[in-house]
Amino acid sequence: MATKASRSAARLMMAPAVILLLGWMLVPLTMTVWFSFRTYLPLRGGDQGWTGFDNYVRFVTSSSFWPAVTTTLIILGSVLVITIVLGVLLAILLDQPMWGQGVVRILVIAPFFVMPTVSALVWKNIFMDPTNGLFSHLWRLFGAEPVSWLSDAAIPSIVMIVSWQWLPFATLILLTAIQSLDSEQLEAAEMDGASPLSRFAYITLPHLGRAITIVVLIQTIFLLAIFAEIFVTTGGAFGTRTLSYLIFQRVLESQNIGLGSAGGVYAIILANIVALFLMRIVGKNLDN
Amino acid sequence: MGQISLNQVTKSFGDVQVIPPLDLDINEGEFVVFVGPSGCGKSTLLRLIAGLEDTTSGNIAIDDKDATALPPAKRGLAMVFQSYALYPHMSVRKNIAFPMKMAGIDEASQKAKIEAAASALNLTDYLDRKPGQLSGGQRQRVAIGRAIVREPAAFLFDEPLSNLDAALRVGMRLEIMELHEKLKTTMIYVTHDQVEAMTMADKIVVLQAGVIEQVGSPLELYHKPRNRFVAGFIGSPKMNLIDGPEAQKHGAATIGVRPEHLSVSKTEGLWEGTVGVAEHLGSDTFIHVHNTGLVDMMTVRITGDIEVRHGDKIYLTPDSTQIHKFDAQGLRQE
Repeated sequence: MATKASRSAARLMMAPAVILLLGWMLVPLTMTVWFSFRTYLPLRGGDQGWTGFDNYVRFVTSSSFWPAVTTTLIILGSVLVITIVLGVLLAILLDQPMWGQGVVRILVIAPFFVMPTVSALVWKNIFMDPTNGLFSHLWRLFGAEPVSWLSDAAIPSIVMIVSWQWLPFATLILLTAIQSLDSEQLEAAEMDGASPLSRFAYITLPHLGRAITIVVLIQTIFLLAIFAEIFVTTGGAFGTRTLSYLIFQRVLESQNIGLGSAGGVYAIILANIVALFLMRIVGKNLDN
Repeated sequence: MGQISLNQVTKSFGDVQVIPPLDLDINEGEFVVFVGPSGCGKSTLLRLIAGLEDTTSGNIAIDDKDATALPPAKRGLAMVFQSYALYPHMSVRKNIAFPMKMAGIDEASQKAKIEAAASALNLTDYLDRKPGQLSGGQRQRVAIGRAIVREPAAFLFDEPLSNLDAALRVGMRLEIMELHEKLKTTMIYVTHDQVEAMTMADKIVVLQAGVIEQVGSPLELYHKPRNRFVAGFIGSPKMNLIDGPEAQKHGAATIGVRPEHLSVSKTEGLWEGTVGVAEHLGSDTFIHVHNTGLVDMMTVRITGDIEVRHGDKIYLTPDSTQIHKFDAQGLRQE
């Protein structure tokens, strides 16, 4: 990239990708902002002109707004904690030399390749079904009353499903980080008299700091937008309505595009606040 | 404290035996260097002593107590690794404090020991830096500091200087030797560099393929190498080993003459050859002599300078009192 000619050639060749990505982002964003200021009811008179900030006020003052925000954050937080704690443990386990390591690693990664809709259906019908699910059989085996997971413990169920999907991702990233740990450091700590637990706390965990940061950031982006898992299992009932699900309901079930768009803008703001928070807390891990 | 003895120790990785049965005694306060070509098992031997590898059979005793099954931390040994193995997220102070923290020593005495180690190693100004902000030599000193504060029965060094540049290596070599003079603690030092071995050791252990070829003081090894391998390995430049009729004249299968025990003349001498490369170091000159009819290339070391050109004819005469003789098995014969 040294000469002027090669620089402009590079720009020219990157242009299609840049323009496409920009359009991909800017067009929907602009349209969302545009609709959020209009009364737009497709089945009840269509676009009825400007309303100012009415949609924004209505969306926030609706009784389902704050519960939706809380649900979103609860699901986000629980899945992050579960995937990182279990991810670290699994990564350490998979790092041990053992028979059939390759097969086990592929099996661990497998859930990540299952589409969210499919995995949610599998969980709903095969595991969590109150009459025929494997869990209900297990419960009956011990003489207990089967739990109707998706109605009695809806949020934990969703957290369980989503964690199952994202655990492989966390494990994979953390495993590669663990493999890059200099074994002499662990040996030095062993000679220094550190027990396995303190070796983990003082050497392994700090080494994983950066990888954990990356897992948290990437998962947050995707977890704020989980949709299929809720749509397929509870349909937003039993307190599982997240912000993105609420927006979906406003747009498609209430057929109010203006109100839904205002919600979309709130979701963007919320995502940015969360991202800013995370960057502040863990961002310094990414330095040096 | 600091006496280590190995009794019939072996080590196998799978079916491969890297260390056949081996006996070795290391006395208290000794500076012992394990030296050998790479892959000779010297690092494995050190790790066996440290407890980082389990012995396949045999016993290791430290201070007359059987330590074969003891975990590394319980053996009272401190190790300095080739990569330094500093903890990158901890400051120098915390690195040095780590073994004491693990041992549960109280803060006040920790602090005193850190200060003492830091001033002994010129690290006082760097105590609050992270290892990433230090130069190679400073990192090395931190690693040594971390070892010192444990007050171990013996220090184990695993090629500690091989990541440093040549000038720094000489400096650190002296520092480690001075440290040994001051602490009088047993030190075991692994290196592939025979100059380090010769200059630092009280006792050198020459290893090849896991077998101890010879144990002795540096000068013993230099003057009386027990076999061809030691003769060729100890000394720089390498000893010239000559087989064939010339050796038979001395009643041996092989004779060895060190480069410094050959005298050079342009007019007369025992062996005739042509000059190849001449390496002028100022104080010494190494001349590579070809076409002697004895070996491919003979190295001669002469003090000072000599005016020779590539292709010049040259005559060499060995000092007859300094010829080493080896039999057909490669063992020394007197």
